[in-house]
Amino acid sequence: MEATSPAADSRGNGAAAPRRPFRRYFRETGWRHIVGVVMLLFSAFPLVYVLSASVAPGGTLLSTNGLFSEVSFQNYIDLFSNPIRPYAAWYVNTLVIGLSAALGSVFLCALAAYSFSRMRFRGRRGGLLTLLLVQMFPQLLAVVAIFLLLSSIGDIFPALGLNSQLGLIMIYLGGALGANTFLMYGFFNTVPSEIDEAAKIDGAGHARIFFTIILRLVAPILAVIGLLAFIGITGDFLIASTVLIDPDKQTLAVGLYQYVSTDAKEWGVFAAGAVLAAIVPVVLFLSLQRFIVGGLTAGSGK
Amino acid sequence: MTAPILDKPPTSPAERAAQRRQKRAAAYAEAASLGWKVWVAKIVMLGIIDALAVYAILVLVGQGQWLVPLIIGVVAVVVNVIYLRPGMLPAKYLTPGLIFLFIFQIFVVLFSAYIAFTNYGTGHNSTKEDAVNALLLQSQTRVENSPIYPVSVLERAGDFFLLATDPKTNQVYVGGENRPLEKVAHPEMSGDTATGAPGYRTLSFGEIAQNQDAIGNLSVPLTKDPNDGYLKTTDGSNAYVFLSTLKWDPKADTMTDTKTGTVYYDNGHGSFQAKDGQKLEVGWSVWVGFENFVRAFSDQSIRGPFFAVLVWTFAFAILSVGTTFILGLFLAIVFNDPRMKSKKYYRVVMILPYAFPAFLSALVWAGLFNTDFGFINQVLLGGASIPWLTDPWLAKFAILFTNLWLGFPYMFLVCTGALQSLPEDVVEAGRMDGASVWQIFRHLKFPLLLVAVAPLLISSFAFNFNNFNLIYMMTNGGPQFADASINAGATDLLISMVYKVAFVGANRDYGLASAFSIIIFLLVAGISWLGFRQTKVLEELN
Repeated sequence: MEATSPAADSRGNGAAAPRRPFRRYFRETGWRHIVGVVMLLFSAFPLVYVLSASVAPGGTLLSTNGLFSEVSFQNYIDLFSNPIRPYAAWYVNTLVIGLSAALGSVFLCALAAYSFSRMRFRGRRGGLLTLLLVQMFPQLLAVVAIFLLLSSIGDIFPALGLNSQLGLIMIYLGGALGANTFLMYGFFNTVPSEIDEAAKIDGAGHARIFFTIILRLVAPILAVIGLLAFIGITGDFLIASTVLIDPDKQTLAVGLYQYVSTDAKEWGVFAAGAVLAAIVPVVLFLSLQRFIVGGLTAGSGK
Repeated sequence: MTAPILDKPPTSPAERAAQRRQKRAAAYAEAASLGWKVWVAKIVMLGIIDALAVYAILVLVGQGQWLVPLIIGVVAVVVNVIYLRPGMLPAKYLTPGLIFLFIFQIFVVLFSAYIAFTNYGTGHNSTKEDAVNALLLQSQTRVENSPIYPVSVLERAGDFFLLATDPKTNQVYVGGENRPLEKVAHPEMSGDTATGAPGYRTLSFGEIAQNQDAIGNLSVPLTKDPNDGYLKTTDGSNAYVFLSTLKWDPKADTMTDTKTGTVYYDNGHGSFQAKDGQKLEVGWSVWVGFENFVRAFSDQSIRGPFFAVLVWTFAFAILSVGTTFILGLFLAIVFNDPRMKSKKYYRVVMILPYAFPAFLSALVWAGLFNTDFGFINQVLLGGASIPWLTDPWLAKFAILFTNLWLGFPYMFLVCTGALQSLPEDVVEAGRMDGASVWQIFRHLKFPLLLVAVAPLLISSFAFNFNNFNLIYMMTNGGPQFADASINAGATDLLISMVYKVAFVGANRDYGLASAFSIIIFLLVAGISWLGFRQTKVLEELN
């Protein structure tokens, strides 16, 4: 998908025209840089602002308006020393819930996509259509029913009821198939079935073909879906805030909201929390960027 | 393999039978080739699932339920059959995901539909029996000159019980919340007072002090008839008889206030109501038919805000897809030029908004747009006080602007990918025919690109239709509608309105919220269905 590696660029430039008159350069390429710089400012500004607010002493909205005029790490210290708002616990919870639900989603999706892509069975087309329809009803809409369902599950298995992280993970797994099977199914179809036919002739069973051959070949889409699921889950406020009640069980989305929903006084601490909270998703995103672009466009091409 | 891709369907019955035999033989061979480790793992997993299922069934049957345990039992049996029998390969791969899908997606949708037809919510969140008990408990007063029962506080499995000695008969009883007093056969005695009972643990004085509130709230019914009264203790050593000022008559289905003589009747809407229209506080949930839907479309103080929110939801979804797509496409074209250097660096920075968690971005932008202290008013506009988030129209603009920031990188990535995968020869042919750059784009590239990204635009529409985080984090749906009887505001989307009606504020209306959910579902599903039909995605399923 990415035909624009730096090497290709420099070759292209060298071949085209090493020295163009400025006017021509500007008409063909230069103006693009102006657009680029404007977009850089637009894209990066809020993020620079958060970073600056997180190290501003004082920590109200007004005191954070001078960008990097003073630097202090008091906000970060305050962030970790508030027993009513246990930031460290939120961070761990978010990672644990996000990672386990994302891994679980990828696994469930891969199983389903494998069977839809490689097997022909009655109800297959109907199943795919049903998934498409189910996808239209996001779990967000059923939050009342989820709340009531969990409160009654809690009567039988308290470990899975309201205020349970395991219960929350199960809810996210429930949304796994509807959201992502299609993207994965499309990718599975691009893996030639001759490969599994050959393995079959060599005596490999279906489980071995799935785990050792197919899963490796579709690794890029697994990474994309895993990442999208992780980002979606860690960013969920609606369901997490409905299910998780105790402060030390909550996630970053639910917890950090409290810093700015009640009063704007703790803006600096919020900014510090936001900077730390964004590190994991941003790093994951940038390092898997290549796969994401490929995965998104593969999905779009289908 | 059990499910080979059939080249042609079998014609004669004999052929079909042969094929079935072949299939079965292949399945057995496959099963035999599985290692013993797989079998052990399988058995352990199934064992855990079965144990949980049996436990759940026992508990539910103990509570007097039949339908849910029956379903759990059937599902458990089906799961065992699928994984223990050879064959049924697609089912082996689909079952884990489907179980979660059925419980937490399909079931909750159906459950939402059911709730939409009830008056479930604050004051109506239980059965009639529970409501009667709650009413009787609420209105208790101590009976004058009633005997004092010496009691001990007992504990079993986390619940508290009272061990009471009848002062007249010296008979010993034990009972708890919703468990009327029953005789104890062999109590431990200390003088005339019982101190312990077999199967229970007696609480020490310190433990009683620790659990003061829970013990103080404990009301133990004297008999099965709630009208006979309750035992309550304040200090954990003496209990008094309390009687409700309400009298429950199960036959006539009425509640009578014994002080005023007012009679309350079941009004058919989940409450006891007197002739003068006065209702008792606690009600129960009942089936109300289409009442919630009718309210959504006819009650002026709900209909007004509901339609305003509906229109804004569509406007927001369409505009957010439109603005992000136009900017994304524009940037994709700008940066898709092979002569341009350092595109890579621009791109990394430009996808940062997509990588930064959206709920945080919304909160940050809310801070930037703050009227009195925000960066935009204070620094960029030199101390202006523009009410970005408190004026209905400006708030809508601020939200669309923020969403543009959030959403353009995605469209940029998608459009870049789609542009690069356009067939070169078509463009080349256009150039040969002497078409201008604009003509090539307008008549060749753009239609091809649109075909590729249309499904993503539809999903993006559906996503933004329910973009809860952005709205809730940025404006909380505000500014609030002045004349609305529900919790809704000018920037609320349907989804944030559902959340606020159901969970925010003192008056929770689960029934109405679910009715809104069902309406949204029908809208989104209908639109998406049309959209997908247009883009022919459905025909490509094979």
